[in-house]
Amino acid sequence: MSNLDGKSKTMNKKNHLKAALSLATSALLGTSVATAPVVQAKEVDEWQFDSAFLLYSEADRVTAGEGILAGTKTFDDGEILALKITVDALTGASANGAVAQPQAQTFTRPSGNGQYEIAAGETPLDDTFHDTRVQLNAQWTQLIADNLTGSVGGHFSKEYDYLSLGVNGNVAYDFNNKNSTFSMGLSYFQDTFTPEGGIPKPLSSMLVGDSSSPEWDKEFAKTRLGTSEDKTTADVLVGFTQVINRRMITAFNYSYSMVDGYLTDPFKVASVLNNQGIAQDYIYENRPDSRVKQSTFMQAKYHFDDSLLNTVADVSYRYMWDDWGINSHTIDSRFTIPIGRVSYIEPHIRFYQQSAADFYKPYIMDDEVPTGFISTDYRIGEMTAVTVGAKYGVVLNGGNELSFRLEYYRQMPTNAGFVDPDGLNSIDVYPVVEAIIAQVSYSF
Amino acid sequence: MQVYKPVLKTFLHVNPKIKLFLLTAITLNLSACSSLGVEPWERDLLATKAMALTSSPVDAALDDHIYFSKEASSGGKSFGGGGCGCN
Repeated sequence: MSNLDGKSKTMNKKNHLKAALSLATSALLGTSVATAPVVQAKEVDEWQFDSAFLLYSEADRVTAGEGILAGTKTFDDGEILALKITVDALTGASANGAVAQPQAQTFTRPSGNGQYEIAAGETPLDDTFHDTRVQLNAQWTQLIADNLTGSVGGHFSKEYDYLSLGVNGNVAYDFNNKNSTFSMGLSYFQDTFTPEGGIPKPLSSMLVGDSSSPEWDKEFAKTRLGTSEDKTTADVLVGFTQVINRRMITAFNYSYSMVDGYLTDPFKVASVLNNQGIAQDYIYENRPDSRVKQSTFMQAKYHFDDSLLNTVADVSYRYMWDDWGINSHTIDSRFTIPIGRVSYIEPHIRFYQQSAADFYKPYIMDDEVPTGFISTDYRIGEMTAVTVGAKYGVVLNGGNELSFRLEYYRQMPTNAGFVDPDGLNSIDVYPVVEAIIAQVSYSF
Repeated sequence: MQVYKPVLKTFLHVNPKIKLFLLTAITLNLSACSSLGVEPWERDLLATKAMALTSSPVDAALDDHIYFSKEASSGGKSFGGGGCGCN
């Protein structure tokens, strides 16, 4: 009897540790260990794996395939080790930043080796775009004192032309009978970019002409600064999680992010137009070498009762602003609706809206002398985007879960008040981008 | 020359009615906080995977990568971070 009691106490202690750890890691790191000891499908000391394959495909543009294998092991004393490997491959065409024209246009590839032609009326896309990336993540989480959880992690990712190294550290303090958690995290990334063809001189003209001429390489080199550039990102994240009642939990985050170094996109150019709207030149874009981003994030999850099919609603809102003049609103909502005892369907709707960076322009006019910052990248222009889709999941024998996700993502760039010259009247200056997101996941 | 008013001073000079309203709101909020929450045995629903703040970390990681690459915003829920060229 006393043995049983002892064992039960130990189990309770373990479960409490697990509960504390999981609430903190959920809030900070987005890991999904359940938030309390009552329902734990797997025993302590066993690896749990989540795997997924995602296909992201834009109409006429980029297609990416991404695979993830994430393993989580919870040790006897409640420590959690999480390891993750991500591999992705990307191919297709990416907008080069120039505006479509009433006549065909010729551009030089970023490598300097060869040129490509874009038909009249078409958005200029560089179709030599391809990359493969491998990413490794490791995270260790443990209780460091009563109600205080600590976590440290590392990140490594390598692409053909990009290397990223990162570390992070987090602490979370539970109080109010573990109904409230205050958390704080720091992360630091060091990235090195070595683009094919080198780093273009900001605002210099793209060399277009006979790339087989003996002078070509020498002339192309004059538009280059060097072979690689660095970027660092330091993030501070402060969070507060509050259990409201048996059915509701809320989270509030504030984050401050400083990015320093090379923030320009070496593959992007800006069209220089005459007053009829006809391109006279293409110059390489130029962005500031620092960016400070801040955001507030709020999330609520609510578990409805039988009358609403035991649906779990997950609604969040993020407001982001930065010193480039961009601000954005993101509303994300998911509704997990159980179907029978072993499966569920989860509709997803996401709405996103951003304003343009101060130095964003869709093109520049040849009577403006470009001396400062300029980017025509629609991703820092004014834009609205919507994602709609659904996920279907089923728990198989043995508790393993198989799920499928299909979503439609639509980006709608908008005019932030620029008046187009007459020559662009028949041109789509802000083309819509559409993509399909398809995913299969298996947890075991 | 532009003179900046200290933030605290500006705050203390707000209309007394607004001050009273703010104080009441803050006090109510704080007192409400202490009664929020559940007992350990009432965590049955909160303990389910669907009620975790990030119910599917894999989906979240994949989504973060997509939106980091295609939009000007990142992070908020977790770190925004660097980590990819993402063109």
